[in-house]
Amino acid sequence: MKKILAFILAAVMALSLVACGDNAADTDEKSEGVMTYDEYVAADLDSQVVVETYVQAKQSWWEDKATVYTQDKDGAYFLYNMACSQEDYDKLTPGTKIKVTGYKSEWSGEVEIIDATFEILEGNYVAEPLDVTAMLGTDDLIKHQNELVTFKGMTVEASQDADGNDVAFLYNDDGSGQDGSDLYFKVSLNGVTYTFTVESYLCDNTTEVYSAVKNLKIGDKIDLEGFLYWYNGVNPHITSVSAAA
Amino acid sequence: MRLLKKLAAFALAGAVAVSLCGCHGSRGLDEFEVPEEFDESRDYEITFWAKNDTNVTQTRIYEKAIADFQKLYPNVTVNLRLYTDYSRIYNDVITNISTNTTPNVCITYPDHIATYKTGTNVVVPLDELFDDEKFGLGGSEVRFDSPAKDEIIPKFLEECSLDGAHYALPFMRSTEACYINKTYVEKLGYTLPEKLTWDFVWEVSEAAMKKSPDGNFAVNGQKVMIPFIYKSTDNMMIQMLRQKNAGYSTDSGEILIFNDDTRDILKTVSEHVATGAFSTFQISSYPGNFLNAGQCIFAIDSTAGATWMGSDAPLSDIHESSFVDFETEVMPIPQFDPDNPAMISQGPSVCIFNKSDPQEVLASWLFAQYLLTNGVQTAYSQTEGYVPVTSKAQNSDEYKDYLSRMGEDNELHYDVKLKASKLLLEHTSDTFVTPVFNGSASLRSAAGQLIENTAKSVRRHETVDDEYFDKLYDDITSLYRLDSIRNTSSGKQDLGELPVTAKLLLLSLAIAWAAIGATFLAERLKKRRKGK
Repeated sequence: MKKILAFILAAVMALSLVACGDNAADTDEKSEGVMTYDEYVAADLDSQVVVETYVQAKQSWWEDKATVYTQDKDGAYFLYNMACSQEDYDKLTPGTKIKVTGYKSEWSGEVEIIDATFEILEGNYVAEPLDVTAMLGTDDLIKHQNELVTFKGMTVEASQDADGNDVAFLYNDDGSGQDGSDLYFKVSLNGVTYTFTVESYLCDNTTEVYSAVKNLKIGDKIDLEGFLYWYNGVNPHITSVSAAA
Repeated sequence: MRLLKKLAAFALAGAVAVSLCGCHGSRGLDEFEVPEEFDESRDYEITFWAKNDTNVTQTRIYEKAIADFQKLYPNVTVNLRLYTDYSRIYNDVITNISTNTTPNVCITYPDHIATYKTGTNVVVPLDELFDDEKFGLGGSEVRFDSPAKDEIIPKFLEECSLDGAHYALPFMRSTEACYINKTYVEKLGYTLPEKLTWDFVWEVSEAAMKKSPDGNFAVNGQKVMIPFIYKSTDNMMIQMLRQKNAGYSTDSGEILIFNDDTRDILKTVSEHVATGAFSTFQISSYPGNFLNAGQCIFAIDSTAGATWMGSDAPLSDIHESSFVDFETEVMPIPQFDPDNPAMISQGPSVCIFNKSDPQEVLASWLFAQYLLTNGVQTAYSQTEGYVPVTSKAQNSDEYKDYLSRMGEDNELHYDVKLKASKLLLEHTSDTFVTPVFNGSASLRSAAGQLIENTAKSVRRHETVDDEYFDKLYDDITSLYRLDSIRNTSSGKQDLGELPVTAKLLLLSLAIAWAAIGATFLAERLKKRRKGK
């Protein structure tokens, strides 16, 4: 009997822990007047949008403007230059639920919410990265724009610096930068090469990912995690790099 | 290239934040005095904050200039810090003024220097250095072929003058150009005029909006066509106002931009945004990306962006499969009065920040001066549609040879780039700059924001009428604190009610003076009585 009781208690505890740690978003009811992700996707560019979403990463803040990656259980929303005080910016941590009112916009293929305001709500959700490796090069990939994603088993390819030397990464896309600039590097899968970026505002030169990319060697097999940013095509902003599992 | 967009926030907010910045309050350095000699028994380490256009050749030229300079002056080490945006430099300088950690030499704009100058002796006035017999321009003890003062193009040097003194050296100059898909203009049944006008650009842009039965645009057969895209709406508004002889600001900083001419310009903009014929960089993206993909006909951008423009552009952000073939024409920006053209003069200048050690400042000056040598000037100007700022470089055989080889290849002699440089060389006398004062950087940003806000409102189907413009004027005035600029400039700033401590101090002073006065009178009376 004791064993049965202990098992039941353990099971209940485990279930309750799962419910706490994860994901208010599983039962994510939208408030009155708030769009679902599908409604957001369907909304016209330049139209006003109202969404409830969860902070996943903060990219930058300057003089009351914040740029933030957010996501709910259905999809992601990139908030560009959202009105935000320093005090409120400090309150935004991964998982923080916010209600955002702004305008849907597109800039070089990147769909984002601009001229937005927000309020912090009760609730928390941190997205699990979605493995999109198999979607590379397919039309399905863009459906996950701005989401936290992973790429598995990619191979580091050579970039050419200004002198024509093969290197594993460049400061800026043409090598014109220096330590602290964005890092650009190429990875391939099944013979197709893609350009990935460590965006220096999102992950500066003090971060692990910045160091990891600087230490890459051509031919390394790696797994990557980051946000599925778009600039004239897919241009993921990488936040984590590790040796391929 | 996306980098510029992320920095747009700095450009807007930074200008507001620092326009009336608190450089005051710090005690400040002593005024710089030119040393008699350069003490070469000591080593100097100076920092140079430079800007490049995300162009690795420019980075290499900076690095070579530093290496060559250090060979001439082995006791001077120059540390390079690279930026790709002026506004980020501006904000970082402001931050570092308060901690006395400014760079030694810095690429800058005169508008920015006006703000830096609000601190005490922060920026070194250069006139004495210019004229110094030993270390000045063309000085006897300078170890390189330095240009004489009169070999700096006078118009460009004058742009570096503030409050009667020079606070910078020009480094490179550019202007804006209209990069045109001539093939599409002609396909639409038009011929490019000798001088481009706004009316022509608007007319052709509207004609390009015609669609085929399949829903694609007739002129390019694509789903996307934005016939006219402007990169810098700050410049757009400033130049249109100048061409109309309309108000912008006075030299002393009185704000004149909120006038009926501005309103007319905004109404015109709104009409063409409504049809989809016009957009901006901030709203849509880089004009060059659309131009090269055959999705734009008139792309206005800096001549310093020429290598990104055209079917054979050596630099590009779009995939090569997106390029279309067309003939690219490079013309001065559209004009209201083609016989009296007006276009902005822009491009980097170099200023020197003051330090407690005059010898360190002298080392900085020597390096800044080195940037004007022919080798640096010709090499850097060839990276984009810049022009050298000295007649010495412009008239050099190397530069003349470079210009004469236009179109020989699509790299160094890329024809669009050389056309852009020639445009400025031919129109230097038609260029202008706006008045510089503390807050002029904010006014510049405000000028562009008027266009950006109007365009966004039209796209969002808001009502854009006179009532809208009244509110827009108020909003922009508030956002950029333009009221404060005016008050500061006129010297009639309302400082508000005095704090209590100040009132108490004044009261105690008044009481003390009253007591002194009373004592004095009492003594006088005593003496009189005694005298009686």
